[in-house]
Amino acid sequence: MKPDDMQLQLIDDVDRRLIQATQGGLPLVPRPYHRLAEQMDLSAVEVMTRLQRMLTSGIIRRIGVVPNHYALGYRVNGMTVWDVPDAQIDELGQQVGALEFVSHCYRRRRYPPKWPYNLFAMVHGQTTAQVEAQIQIIAQVLGHYNCGHQVLYSTRILKKTGLRI
Amino acid sequence: MMDAITRKIINQLQGDFPITEQPYAQVAERLGITETELLQQLTNLLDQGLLSRFGPLYHAERLGGGLTLAAMPVPENKFDQVAAQVNAFPEVAHNYARNHELNMWFILATEQPERIDEIIQEIEAQTGLPVYNMPKQAEYYLGLKLEV
Repeated sequence: MKPDDMQLQLIDDVDRRLIQATQGGLPLVPRPYHRLAEQMDLSAVEVMTRLQRMLTSGIIRRIGVVPNHYALGYRVNGMTVWDVPDAQIDELGQQVGALEFVSHCYRRRRYPPKWPYNLFAMVHGQTTAQVEAQIQIIAQVLGHYNCGHQVLYSTRILKKTGLRI
Repeated sequence: MMDAITRKIINQLQGDFPITEQPYAQVAERLGITETELLQQLTNLLDQGLLSRFGPLYHAERLGGGLTLAAMPVPENKFDQVAAQVNAFPEVAHNYARNHELNMWFILATEQPERIDEIIQEIEAQTGLPVYNMPKQAEYYLGLKLEV
């Protein structure tokens, strides 16, 4: 059994309702979990216990603010993509992901020869010059394992909605 | 442009929000403001769009759903039409134009993992264009470190 299948068994219908009730955000009232409990006809203890369990098991990544990079002045967002050897990608990915200006870092499927890139790192800056300096730092981290890279800047947001489950 | 409290909220509240009776009061004390001020600040920051959300951030794949990044090469003269076709799928959560031959990049999120392939086929059939599905194979970081 894959780890993700094991996680699945931890979610029941009540959890699913709780996820639906909170994925848009927590109530902005002094006792938010009590408010959710009232809305869902549960006890506050049950709401808190279930959220804590989902946090511990990793179903909830974190609870907190999600900053809007663009609105905060980080207007340049570059999707940097790199072709690195599969044997080294986990080690290199950890190093790139740890850089403070990298917000997301993933290994993704490649489509050679058209799309040879397997390492994706999203970088954010206030100016293009700042982002270009960040890209140089990633290139230094990868060193001779960098077999080619590109930077795809976003030119327009065509759609942006919260993930819905 | 940004006051000290806003900065503190953004820098210190990206994780670890407590699951307790009165979590805002706890956090407010740590930030040196009142519970009422914190609630007001969060409301304002959300209204102004400086925060996209406040609350639990779920790990979509662990909920059993499908999630992927997909890219398409779209001819410029068809771009708006294809964008409308792609965006019409409720499963398309984000969609960005980017400066590359693969110039349209979107996130697909589905309740059932097998729906990902079906939707990709539907988009290909509707647009007559290839869709490159680039599922995540490993994750190295999901940031909570933006510092303002």
